[in-house]
Amino acid sequence: MPTFTIVHLEYLSWAALWTIGLSAIAFLGGGLLGFAMALARISPNRWVRNAAAVYIQIIQGTPLLILLFLIYFGVAILGFNRVPAILAAGVGLTIYASGFLAEIWRGCIESVPKTQWEAAECLAMTRWQRMTRVILPQAVKIATPSTVGFMVQIVKNTSLASVVGFIELSQAGKVINNSIFEPFKIFVIVAIFYFAICFPLSTWSRSLERKLNVGRR
Amino acid sequence: MSAVVSLTNVHKRFGAVKVLNGVSFEVGRGEVAAVIGQSGSGKSTALRCINALERIEEGTIEVCGHAVHDPKLDRRALRRDVGIVFQSYNLFPHLTAEQNIMLAPMCVKSLSKADARTLAQDVLARVGLAEKADHYPEQLSGGQQQRVAIARSLAMQPKLMLFDEVTSALDPQLTGEVLKVMEDLARGGMTMILVTHEMSFARKVATKVVYMHRGTVWETGPGAMLDDPQTPELRKFVGGEM
Amino acid sequence: MSYRFDFLALLPYWREFALGVWLTLQLSAVATVLGFALGTLCAIGRADGSPWVRAVIATYVEVIRNTPLLVQIFLVYFGIATLGIHLSANFAAVAALVVNVGAYTCEIVRAGIESIHKAQLEAAECLGLSRVQTYWHVILRPAIERVYPALTSQYVLLMLASSITSQISAEELTAVANRIQSDTFRSFETYIVVGVLYLALSMVVRLGFMGFGLVAFVRRRKLGTPL
Repeated sequence: MPTFTIVHLEYLSWAALWTIGLSAIAFLGGGLLGFAMALARISPNRWVRNAAAVYIQIIQGTPLLILLFLIYFGVAILGFNRVPAILAAGVGLTIYASGFLAEIWRGCIESVPKTQWEAAECLAMTRWQRMTRVILPQAVKIATPSTVGFMVQIVKNTSLASVVGFIELSQAGKVINNSIFEPFKIFVIVAIFYFAICFPLSTWSRSLERKLNVGRR
Repeated sequence: MSAVVSLTNVHKRFGAVKVLNGVSFEVGRGEVAAVIGQSGSGKSTALRCINALERIEEGTIEVCGHAVHDPKLDRRALRRDVGIVFQSYNLFPHLTAEQNIMLAPMCVKSLSKADARTLAQDVLARVGLAEKADHYPEQLSGGQQQRVAIARSLAMQPKLMLFDEVTSALDPQLTGEVLKVMEDLARGGMTMILVTHEMSFARKVATKVVYMHRGTVWETGPGAMLDDPQTPELRKFVGGEM
Repeated sequence: MSYRFDFLALLPYWREFALGVWLTLQLSAVATVLGFALGTLCAIGRADGSPWVRAVIATYVEVIRNTPLLVQIFLVYFGIATLGIHLSANFAAVAALVVNVGAYTCEIVRAGIESIHKAQLEAAECLGLSRVQTYWHVILRPAIERVYPALTSQYVLLMLASSITSQISAEELTAVANRIQSDTFRSFETYIVVGVLYLALSMVVRLGFMGFGLVAFVRRRKLGTPL
């Protein structure tokens, strides 16, 4: 009976890099799309606003797992027979992240006091200038802790990419388990890998939060 | 006359700061004692020590037969006999006026809900707020909240009531309604100790005035003492107030 | 695009879908109730326990919050099996969800407890309330009322996350969907239907929490103001 060896550890380390890579894709893609959605959410146009709200509601109201299945099978319908796993996983996680980041960021933009908008307006700034010069710089500061906190959610949720065949940490754990069947040991090690990635992010997020609160007081 | 409260040589420090430096005074049954003094003179701390909210380092405090200085003090038994009203009201924000009052009698004295409600209505009427029973604290003015807080303490039928600068957070016009309730209580024979800045109230209602200065009782006497101070410090204090 | 959608093929399976919805509701309801109890106890321990208790709870919360639910589910399911105890997939699913949501609940309720002003405790103490009475009437009730919106969001997420338990073949909506799609080969349609069902479920759960909140927090119902 084969047991857990250094080779398996090496394999898990590679998979951890894929987990980080996929998280980065999801964060960047989700960040771009989410930012657009956040702006759409506060657009002066009612239709744009409502469309964005519906989008966010749908993303936040369906499990990521179902979203991944839909993309996986949906792309096949579009005529691509073999979908690269990284594409399906990347797109799925991007959409997922955008739905949540949009809502987080909208809240941050709206938490900038109304008087700041008015002050900027009274200085004859255009809407675009008001947004980029006055509101966003303040909102970014407020948004940083919760955004870093959400990165932890993204990293953890990349574990679901295994269902579309993407080999990241969890999937690698399953693969190893199929050959040596020591599930407890393997998944404890997998969990340690995740913890090593997520815990620094969580700690960072918390310290940012503290600084922000001190600054506000 | 047996003393309801007696402090003997009480010492208390917060870190390096000596707040009480050998405080002694007595309050007899039915007496209304006004504790006055500059801020930082230790008067609020003395009051908190009487209710075992602060530990003391030295001296003895006897309250309604409880040895408050004793580390083995049964605090819950003490609190059945002593009511306290705070400067910041400290009503429970998630409960109505009536529920605020009913809570302790039900929890501590195991009163039935119906009895507790009757009791609440009774004490609310005494502070003139019978019609506000169903209001939540945030729906009441500061003066009304403070009167509910007094009613909440009264509902426990304490033998002694402590008032810790209860009007300091209130506008002058709201102060009057709270002082009126306290005056009624005093007339009803309640033993009271109040830390206060209201000199005219102390003069009018207090049977005893305790002037504290630098952590000790500097001068004590009847209410009339305020019109004839013996020490230069009290003279200056009273002069400054007027 | 030459694909022809065929939702009708799924019609004969409506009973299975309905059963899946029901199972998911059950699973999340049990996990929510037990997770809330566990999390609240942990929050109390975290706020008021001995240094040891506090350290243990802090570790538990950090470990859970920084590892994926999927891995936690595997650990519970396979881990306990290696001890020689064989758990049903459903039992393992509930256990993993409870352990998971308990940690999040702990953090949320702890924030609520910390928001209660010290003067409130002093007032309760001076009225002669015992520690337990103070905890219940003066700390927990307003604390939970204050963090109720955050708890609601967390439990909606829990309901959605319960879909992950399909990975150990626990009986719930996603597992049902996986079966139906392999029966019918109508994968896309199946997951569309299930997606819509989850969307509806998340609204129902949200409404349910709102309704419960109205019953439980009379003050909020009457005044509408946050505590």
